Amino acid sequence: MKRIYVNEEYCIGCRLCEVYCLTQHSRSKKIIKAFKEETPRALARLVVEEEGPLSFAMPCRHCEDAPCVAACITGAMHRDERGAVLCDEERCVGCWTCIMVCPFGAVQRSIAGRKAASKCDLCYGEHTPVCVMHCPNEALVYEERT
Amino acid sequence: MRYVIIGNSAAAVGAIEAIRQHDTEHPITVVADEPYHVYSRPLISYLLGGMVDEARMAYRPRDFYTRYRVETMLGVEVTQVNSQTQSLMLAGGGVLTYDRLLIATGGRPFVPPVPGVDLEGVFPFTRLDDARQIARYIERHHVRSAVVVGGGLIGLKTAEALMARAVRVTIVELADRILSMTFDRTASRLAESLLRRAGADVRTGLTVKEIVERQGRVEHVVLQDGERVECDLVVFAIGVRPNVGLVSNAGIPVQRGIIVDRQMWTGVPGIYAAGDCVEGYDLLLGENRPIAIWPNAYRQGYVAGCNMAGAERVYEGGFPMNSVEVCGVPTISVGITDPPEGDGYEVLERYDREALSYRRLVLRDHCLVGMICVGNVDRAGIYTGLIRARVNVAPFKDYLLAGHFGLISLPREYRKHLVVGEGIEV
Amino acid sequence: MSLNLLASEFQVVRDDTRCIACQVCVRQCANDVHAYDAESDVVYSDETRCVGCHRCATLCPTRALTIRLALHEFRPNANWTPAALYNLYKQSQTGGVLLSGMGCDQPYPVYFDHLLLNASQVTNPSIDPLREPMELRTVIGRRPGRVEVTQGPEGLRLETRLGPHLVLETPILFSAMSYGSISYNACLSLARAAKECGILYNTGEGGLHPTLYEYGPWTIAQVASGRFGVHPEYLRTAAALEIKIGQGAKPGIGGHLPGEKVTADVSRTRMIPEGTDALSPAPHHDIYSIEDLRQLIYALKEATNYEKPVGVKVAAVHHIAPIASGIARAGADYIAIDGLRGGTGAAPTVIRNHVGIPIELAIAAVDQRLREEGIRHQVSLIAGGSIRSSADVVKAIALGADAVYIATAALVAMGCHLCQKCYTGKCNWGIATQDPYLTKRLNPNIGVRRLANLIRAWSLEIKEMLGGMGLNAIESLRGNRDHLRGVGLNEVELNALGIQAAGAA
Ligand SMILES: Cc1cc2nc3c(=O)[nH]c(=O)nc-3n(C[C@H](O)[C@H](O)[C@H](O)COP(=O)(O)OP(=O)(O)OC[C@H]3O[C@@H](n4cnc5c(N)ncnc54)[C@H](O)[C@@H]3O)c2cc1C
Ligand code: SF4
Repeated sequence: MKRIYVNEEYCIGCRLCEVYCLTQHSRSKKIIKAFKEETPRALARLVVEEEGPLSFAMPCRHCEDAPCVAACITGAMHRDERGAVLCDEERCVGCWTCIMVCPFGAVQRSIAGRKAASKCDLCYGEHTPVCVMHCPNEALVYEERT
Repeated sequence: MRYVIIGNSAAAVGAIEAIRQHDTEHPITVVADEPYHVYSRPLISYLLGGMVDEARMAYRPRDFYTRYRVETMLGVEVTQVNSQTQSLMLAGGGVLTYDRLLIATGGRPFVPPVPGVDLEGVFPFTRLDDARQIARYIERHHVRSAVVVGGGLIGLKTAEALMARAVRVTIVELADRILSMTFDRTASRLAESLLRRAGADVRTGLTVKEIVERQGRVEHVVLQDGERVECDLVVFAIGVRPNVGLVSNAGIPVQRGIIVDRQMWTGVPGIYAAGDCVEGYDLLLGENRPIAIWPNAYRQGYVAGCNMAGAERVYEGGFPMNSVEVCGVPTISVGITDPPEGDGYEVLERYDREALSYRRLVLRDHCLVGMICVGNVDRAGIYTGLIRARVNVAPFKDYLLAGHFGLISLPREYRKHLVVGEGIEV
Repeated sequence: MSLNLLASEFQVVRDDTRCIACQVCVRQCANDVHAYDAESDVVYSDETRCVGCHRCATLCPTRALTIRLALHEFRPNANWTPAALYNLYKQSQTGGVLLSGMGCDQPYPVYFDHLLLNASQVTNPSIDPLREPMELRTVIGRRPGRVEVTQGPEGLRLETRLGPHLVLETPILFSAMSYGSISYNACLSLARAAKECGILYNTGEGGLHPTLYEYGPWTIAQVASGRFGVHPEYLRTAAALEIKIGQGAKPGIGGHLPGEKVTADVSRTRMIPEGTDALSPAPHHDIYSIEDLRQLIYALKEATNYEKPVGVKVAAVHHIAPIASGIARAGADYIAIDGLRGGTGAAPTVIRNHVGIPIELAIAAVDQRLREEGIRHQVSLIAGGSIRSSADVVKAIALGADAVYIATAALVAMGCHLCQKCYTGKCNWGIATQDPYLTKRLNPNIGVRRLANLIRAWSLEIKEMLGGMGLNAIESLRGNRDHLRGVGLNEVELNALGIQAAGAA
C-alpha cells in the first residue's frame, strides 16, 4: 500500500502541507475561501513539529496493526479496502480513545462543529495526497515501501 | 473445522477479523445471549443520554456477518462448555460442537448483596437492554432523581447520561474520592468539581446500606451513615467481574478470570479466551490480571483469532487506559497513575488552572509507566507509546510536560523509527 | 543611533484579499522581513530587510506577494545614480568595504549578445541531430604534437604515450564552488549531477567532504592559495587537479570565508579551526613567476603519478594571452579562464565591478595567441564567467574554448534568484549558507534532477545548433570563428574577437 513518508532532513518547516491539507478538507476546497470565509475553519489533518532547524510533518502512518482501529469503541475508526485507516466522522462520538493510543499523535480533536476525531484520509479520491503534492522540497513522499 | 465464538462484542469481532485474515474457508459460528447485531457496549451510556440513536450503536456495519461469513446464533445462552466432547450446551437444550472455541463472554456486573437490590427501579448498567430498560423506566415513572452507586468511569458516564435526561443524580462512592482507580487526587478533585458544577451530588466514603421501596418501587436509599437520599432510580455501576460461570467445570483454569497464556490459549486443547473474562498479561506489572477495557478486549480477541487460525501471534500485553469526557472535559488516564509514595516512582505534574489543563506523568526506573491528561489530551498517545515501548525518558524528561511536547522531543532513533517507519532508512 | 540614510531597495506588495495569514512567508524569510501579529491575525512586512530573493513570493500558496523595486525617485542625475548614492550612504555608515555576492552586474557590453551563429542553407547540408549521430564528447588535456605508430602483427600500434585526459560527455563542467561558500547539499547535488551527466564538478578551495569521495572520478580538486583541505588523499581521489590563481569576480585578491560559515563540518573539510575566518591570500606565496607555477604543477603531477591532468585557473585580465601562453608552457593540461562576470560567494563590490575583462575577449585572445605560437594543442581551454545559455556555450567554443565552466547558471538551476547576498550566509534558497535551518531547503534529489535537466537540455540545444551549421561534432566548432558574426560591434572589437561583422561575406 502506498503511504506518506517523511524525510525530516528535507522538511523546511514551511507548513504548506498544513495549508493545503486544511484546504482539501474544507467545504469549498478553495484556499482563500477556506481560510477567510469558512467558519469553523477546517482542520489540517497533520501537524508539523518544529524545534530549531529540525522539523517534520506528522501525518497518520496508516499502520498495518493500527492501534486506533483496534481501540475505537464505536467502530468509527476503520480500515478501507485500500488499507487506509479512516474515521467515519458520522459514527465517531469523540471519546478520544484513538488519541490515547496513537503513538504518533496523529489523531486530532475536531471540536468546532460536531465532535469527531480528525485524521489523515490520504485525500480520498485524489491521485496523490495534497500535502505530498505541494511539499516544495519533496520532504513528503507518497510511495509503496516494503 | 468449525470455529465457535461465545460472545458477540469487542473480543469476538477481533477474533473474527483475525481468523478471516488467515482462513477464509472454515465456518465461524458466533453464539451470544444478547439478541443483537454486534454493538458498542461503551455507547450504552450515550444511548441512554440521547447522544446517539439506536442506529449508531452498531460496532460494525450491518453486513458484517455476511461479509465475514459468520453464522450467528444471537439470543442463545451457552450454559456449559464440555471440553471432552468439544461441545457447548445451549439454553433450551441444543448442543453445538466446535474444533476451535473462543470464550469471549466478557464481564458480569457486580451488584452487592444490599437489601432491596431486587426492587423495581434498580438496574445494573452493562448491556444494551439495561440502557433501554432504564430509559423506559424513566419515562414511564417520570423519574426525577437517581442514585448511581459507583464513582468510577462507568458510574460517571451513567450519571451524565441521566443528567442529560434531566434526572437529578447523586453519586455514591465507597472510596474517599471518585475515580480512585484511574485518577490521582488532583484529577479526581477536578472531575468532582466538574460534576458538581453540572448539578450532580457526590458522596464519597459511603455506600448504600439499603434500598427502600414504596409500592414495590424504589423510593429512597439509606446510606451507610444513615442519611436518606430520595430517588426513583438506582443504578449499580460498581464494576464488572469476569463472566466465567459457564466454564466452571470444563477443566479450564480460572482464578478471578480465565487464565490464558500469551497466545490467549487456556491450556485446554482448542479453547482460547479473550476480553473482559480473562486475566490478560499486564505489561506494566508483568503479571496476568483482568483489565476490563475495550481496546484490550479487541486486541486479545485478535491475537486469539490469529492463533486459532494457525497464525502464531503473541499478545504484547496491555495496561489500564481510559479516555472519557467528564462533563465535556476530555480526560485520559493510562497505566499507573497514582503510585504509592516513594517506592521508586517519580511523578511529574503540570497544572494550568486557567486553561483547565492538568498533566501528570508517573515514572519508574526512568521509564514512563502512567499518565493522566485532563483538559488538554492532544497527542496523549505519544505518552502511551513511550509507556508501551519502555523508552528511557531520562534524557528528555524536561520536555515531557513542555507545551510543545511532541515526537520532536524524543530521541532521534525512536523518533525516526516512528516518523519514517520501521526498518526504513532515510 | 543616528539616522539610517538607506531607503529599502524593495517593496513587498501584499494583496490582503489573498493573504490567508498562513505565515509561510514568515517562516521562510531568513532576513525577518515578514512577521505575524497574532492579536490582529495579520502578517506584515518590514521591507528594509528585503533582499529581493523571492523565496516568500515563490512559496506563498495564494500568490499574495509581489516583490517590486522600491521606486524612490531622486532628482534625475545621470552621473550620481541612486546606486552610487546608496553605496555612499552605506559606506559612510559602516566605514567598511562593500561586499557583494555573485558576478558583476554592471552594464558593460555582453559580447555574447553581439554574436550571431551561422546555419547551412542550400550550399551545404544541415544535419538533423535526431536522425544522425552528433558528437558532443569532449576531451580535456594535452594532445601530442604528433603521434608515432608502428606496424605490428596485429595491425597499427600507437607508440606515443597520451597524456592524462578528462572525457566529458558534453562540453560543460560545473565550476569551482567551495564547500563553505555553498552548502553540503549543493555540493552533493553538483557531484551527483556531474556523475549522472558524465561531466565534472569542481571542489573549489574548500576541500572535499569525506562523503563525496565516492564522486572522485567526476571531481576536479582545487589547490588554491590557502591550500585548504589539501592532502594526499584529496589529490589522489580527484580526477584532475586545478591550481587556482585567480577568479573572475575578484582578480588579484584573495578569498574570505567568514567564520560564521566555518561550521564544524566545514572546518574539518578545510582543515582549519571551527569558527575562524578562512582567508586565502591574494597570491600563492610560493608562486611569483611562471617558473614557480611550473614547480607547483609538476609537484602535483608528481604527487599523483602523472596520472591526472593538472589545470590552472586564472581570471581574465589584461595580457591574458601571454599569461595563458606562459601557463601552457609551464606544463598545465588545461587553462580555465574566468571572465569579468564570473560569480563568487563574496567579493568586494568595487573589485567585482571594475576589474578584469569580459570572457569573450579573453578566449578569443588566448586561442589566437596559442595558435600563433603553435601550442594550442598542448593545452585545453575552459571558459567561464557568466555562461548563461547553450548559445553562450556554442559561441564560447566557436571563439576557441574547448569547454565551458558554469557556476551561476548551475546555482540558478538549483533555485538561486541572484539576490547577491551570498556573503551574508543567509541564503533563503539553502545554497550559499551553512545554517542548518536553511541548508535543508535544498533537497539534493531535486538539485540533481534540475542540474541534470539543465545539462541535458543545453546538450540537445547545442546539437541543434551544431546540426544547423552542418557540423556533427563539437570538436569541429572549436575556434571555428567563421561560424560567428558580430552585430553592433566596432572594428576594434571585431578584431579583438577575430570575427567578421554580420553581413560581411
Ligand atoms: C457502560 C460501559 C461503558 C464502558 N465504556 C468503556 C470505554 O469508554 N472504554 C473502554 O475501553 N471500555 C469501556 N467499557 C468496557 C468495555 O465495554 C469492555 O471492556 C468490553 O465490552 C469487553 O468486551 P468483551 O468482548 O470482552 O465482552 P463484552 O462486551 O462484555 O461482551 C460479552 C459477550 O458475551 C456474550 N455472553 C456472555 N455470556 C454468555 C453466555 N453464557 N452465553 C452466550 N453469550 C454470552 C454477551 O452477549 C456479549 O455479547 C465500558 C463498559 C460499560 C458497561
Ligand atoms: S474518538 Fe471517534 S474514532 Fe476515536 S475512538 Fe472515539 S469513537 Fe473512535
